[in-house]
Amino acid sequence: MATAEVSNKKTLKVQRFKPSDNPTNTYLTDEKGIWAWMTTVDHKKIGIMYLVSVAIFFAVGGALALLLRTELLTPAKTFIEADAYNQLFTLHGAIMVFFVLVPSIPAALGNFIMPMQLGAKDVAFPKLNLASFYIYVAGAIFTFIALAQNGLDTGWTFYTPYSTQSTTSVIWVTMGVFILGFSSILTGTNFITTIHKMRAPGITWGKLPLNVWALYATSIIQVLATPVLAITVLLLTMEKWLGFGIFDPAIGGDPVLFQHFFWFYSHPAVYIMIVPGFGIISEVISTFSKKTVFGYWAIALSSLAIAFIGFLVWGHHMFTSGQSAVATTVFSFLTFLVGIPTGIKIFNWIATLYKGSIKMDTPMIYVFIFLFLFSIGGFTGIMLGALSVDIHLHDTYYVVAHFHYVMMGGTLIALLAGLHFWWPKMTGKLYNERLAKIASVFIFVGFNVTFLPQFVMGAQGMPRRYYNYVDQFTAFHQTSTIGSYLLGVGFLIILYYLMHSLFKGAKSPANPWGSRGLEWQATSPPDFHNFDHTPVVINGPYDYHKPMEEFQLGLAVDQNGHDPESTKQIVDEERDSWKNYSLG
Amino acid sequence: MDRLFEFMLPEAKSPTADSTDALFHFINEVSLVLLIGITFSLIYFAIKYRRKSENDETPVITHNNTLEITWSVIPLLICFVIFGWGYTGWLNLKSVPDSAYEIQVSGYKWGWNVKYDNGAQTLNEIHVPEGRPVKIVLQSSDVLHSFFVPDYRVKHDVVPGRYTYVWFEANEVGESQVFCTEYCGTGHSDMLAKVIVHTEEDFETWLEKNGGGVSGTPVEQGEQLVQLQGCITCHSEDGSDKIGPTFKGLWESEENLTDGSTVTVDENYIRESILDPAAKIVEGYNNVMTPYEGRISDEEITNIIEYLKTLK
Amino acid sequence: MSKHSQAHPAHLQHHFVDSDQQFDAAKMGMWVFIVNEILFFGGLFCAYIVFRAWYPDLFTQAATELNTVWGAINTLVLIGSSLTVAMAIRSAQKNQTKGLKINLLITIALACVFLLIKYFEYSHKLHIGIWPGVENYTYEGIDHPLAHVFFSIYYVMTGIHAIHIIVGIGLMIWIYIRAKRNEFGSEYYTPVEMVGLYWHLVDVIWIFLFPLLYLIE
Repeated sequence: MATAEVSNKKTLKVQRFKPSDNPTNTYLTDEKGIWAWMTTVDHKKIGIMYLVSVAIFFAVGGALALLLRTELLTPAKTFIEADAYNQLFTLHGAIMVFFVLVPSIPAALGNFIMPMQLGAKDVAFPKLNLASFYIYVAGAIFTFIALAQNGLDTGWTFYTPYSTQSTTSVIWVTMGVFILGFSSILTGTNFITTIHKMRAPGITWGKLPLNVWALYATSIIQVLATPVLAITVLLLTMEKWLGFGIFDPAIGGDPVLFQHFFWFYSHPAVYIMIVPGFGIISEVISTFSKKTVFGYWAIALSSLAIAFIGFLVWGHHMFTSGQSAVATTVFSFLTFLVGIPTGIKIFNWIATLYKGSIKMDTPMIYVFIFLFLFSIGGFTGIMLGALSVDIHLHDTYYVVAHFHYVMMGGTLIALLAGLHFWWPKMTGKLYNERLAKIASVFIFVGFNVTFLPQFVMGAQGMPRRYYNYVDQFTAFHQTSTIGSYLLGVGFLIILYYLMHSLFKGAKSPANPWGSRGLEWQATSPPDFHNFDHTPVVINGPYDYHKPMEEFQLGLAVDQNGHDPESTKQIVDEERDSWKNYSLG
Repeated sequence: MDRLFEFMLPEAKSPTADSTDALFHFINEVSLVLLIGITFSLIYFAIKYRRKSENDETPVITHNNTLEITWSVIPLLICFVIFGWGYTGWLNLKSVPDSAYEIQVSGYKWGWNVKYDNGAQTLNEIHVPEGRPVKIVLQSSDVLHSFFVPDYRVKHDVVPGRYTYVWFEANEVGESQVFCTEYCGTGHSDMLAKVIVHTEEDFETWLEKNGGGVSGTPVEQGEQLVQLQGCITCHSEDGSDKIGPTFKGLWESEENLTDGSTVTVDENYIRESILDPAAKIVEGYNNVMTPYEGRISDEEITNIIEYLKTLK
Repeated sequence: MSKHSQAHPAHLQHHFVDSDQQFDAAKMGMWVFIVNEILFFGGLFCAYIVFRAWYPDLFTQAATELNTVWGAINTLVLIGSSLTVAMAIRSAQKNQTKGLKINLLITIALACVFLLIKYFEYSHKLHIGIWPGVENYTYEGIDHPLAHVFFSIYYVMTGIHAIHIIVGIGLMIWIYIRAKRNEFGSEYYTPVEMVGLYWHLVDVIWIFLFPLLYLIE
């Protein structure tokens, strides 16, 4: 038993709580049955429900992609009509953006892991968390009603006046997106409050895991940007239903105004999608290099910088739209600024590898894939930020390739890294490492074969959202389609071995990767309350030079550390006083 | 390397392309250098620092000010260069030379109407002289479109309710592809056009020959009009099925409408279908035709009707 | 349920360490939500600003159709209701359940007066043909082809605001019921304060709406 001096000379008892490798009661066993899952307020179960939903939507969006790529095997009609094709690419985009990429990392992995990284029992508002999930489901239902009616053929961007004139089920989808936005907003509100108010004793802002910094920056963007999306889709709905006259030039509106409204949200939205991915990269790269992250504060604060500058660059989607020359110039300039904090992160991560102890397990493989693919995505973003070049490349396949490199090569790969990293923590099982590595090869090769040719054909002039195309692009399209099939195979392999691990996988110890993260100092799977004690944190989450014992400390109080008096005292004490303690 | 980059872009056929191409190459080169550096570091570190045992000790390296400042400032400076270069190139794309020859292009679902200063009209073809700056004044009859000529590196959205423009100077005789690059519905990918570049003399000859718009008897004018007004984009003249009902055999036929009623095709029905197509939709077709209200004269409608009467 | 080393108040939720942490978290959550609401209405104000900059005459002309007197009365009504809700919080702080309940009821009543006046305003407009959107707008009294745009903006801004008032009434009824069950006192009155904060937001938004829509003649 150890003791510690705190600034007002009171002593508190701290002891080591080594997590068991064979837990008997976990969050999975303590609450069982469908009804328990559907009414749970446990952040871990809610995270799993989000994960399953996101996976289902990804499968749907992915299937749509495979269908449209198959149609593009030949320059003219292959097996579907133009109208059907237009619906395919619209729904692929809308589903992937709104139902997969925006919620995926924060709502699925963030929900599960973040409270544990803070040493908390749950998020600040657990019931609101469950409500967020059901709002997400409600938004999805609206969208699927639209599918069952007239579908949607406006492109996920809903530009007016085409969207106000289209006879497809625009309003069902815009209302679905409106509802879905609240899920995002409430999750962001929950996370901001949790990060501010629910940290365990000892966790200062300088000891926050970078994953938490990333989720914090993301939550700020979610809270500030999503309401503008809500207004945009609300006004679009009114425009279509009643003829407001704000966006449709035929009745007095301005179509470019719609684009401003739309991109004011949708540009920060891409940062909602990628910044959580950055958080995962920091966690995985440090664990599998057994080394502290290089430039902690640069990485932490660059997420906030990206969040801030990200609100000021939306017009770079509109360089050819007819917006003013001043706006165009300013937006281009600021776009370059937002690339710098991102570049800093990449260099810092690579520097983390220097003199590390590197193990290329599957999560680390995905980190390496991320660094390569996201860099390409970033450089091509710089290309698109340059005004003269963007005039040529806007609305071509170059843009399609760019955003797939950053959203899929970035966010989705980071999600895969995080999924494989935290799979043992969430399920208590280990997946088949060899199959996982094979799948990663399919993903990497398939991805590049799909999207590299798209840069070239875009620069050669191939426009996007094209059902038919001119003959000179046939070879590019066919190569791209073959790549997409390889990607599909890769994801099927992943689905297979992950499902297999649930039923037949080897049992995982509490901390299979030797990580210093606080979430790894609990059992795998975790207890219902995450920890059976109140954790006490004296080191940063990347202090690999300190022994594991120093990361497994907690208050020596009864179950759950639910001792308000003494815990309050610690929360109030100056946290740095813990530096001088020692284990007896 | 240069060959690869040249392969990525079509051959430049206008001086508007020069700055764009040079900057494109520069950014590609800088990006490639950085990407190779990143990839090499990843592979090299992964091999050199691979884990030897679970008890490996690693140094505590939290930051390095010199390194961090260097790799923040240098990319920032490169970005400023790229910004300035892109901005100047763009200014050039926006500044139309004074002597530019103006052509009016109107985008609609799904084609391009082209009008020249002497009254000549073409559909989906833009005839221009070589070696002279040309300004294309763009407008839309319905939704957003975008006018894109890859060979000249020019593009601008075509916005209903306002005029926009691009300019270029074709440097050789030949043809260049025009695409619509703002999604506009069913026929978005079929909205192709061509810039046809003539020598100066050939262009003058062509212009004179086609000047004055449509001519001839009402039926002949009607036949030209269904081309120029873009009707044939969606309605065939030979009976084949397209986006809209065929014109062949249309006159005095019985049409079943989507609301269940039947109508006989007469002058009034055709006139209404041109000005307000949504009023009566034939069974089996969709309500996608843009109204011609405000962009076709009564005389033109009469001539079209006369022509349609001849299509049995 | 796990063992507790000490009994804790009924209102304390289990994932919190103590009441202070719970109260702090609730306050922070509510403020973050309010920032989000400001952005939400901000989008609408943006639409207003853009169209007013483009068509200033339309706005000054169309605003004459809005009854400034009723608008001003509504403003006073809402400011009064903000006062009474603040008094309700104060009553809760001082353990005066009766005062809490009375002040809540007065606030609810004033909110209903607001809605009633809005109902009269809307029905008058609909009666003379001022409907939202060009499809149904038939009023001839404003000599401007885009009159329907001004009123579309008017209806959506005041309509969304009115929905927020209705939600606020619902929240206050809920708080009133809990107050009747003696759930609030000086130890715990967080929900009262949070609903009060929301209500002040709704009031502040109206204080911007009123001059921008009614007073620009």
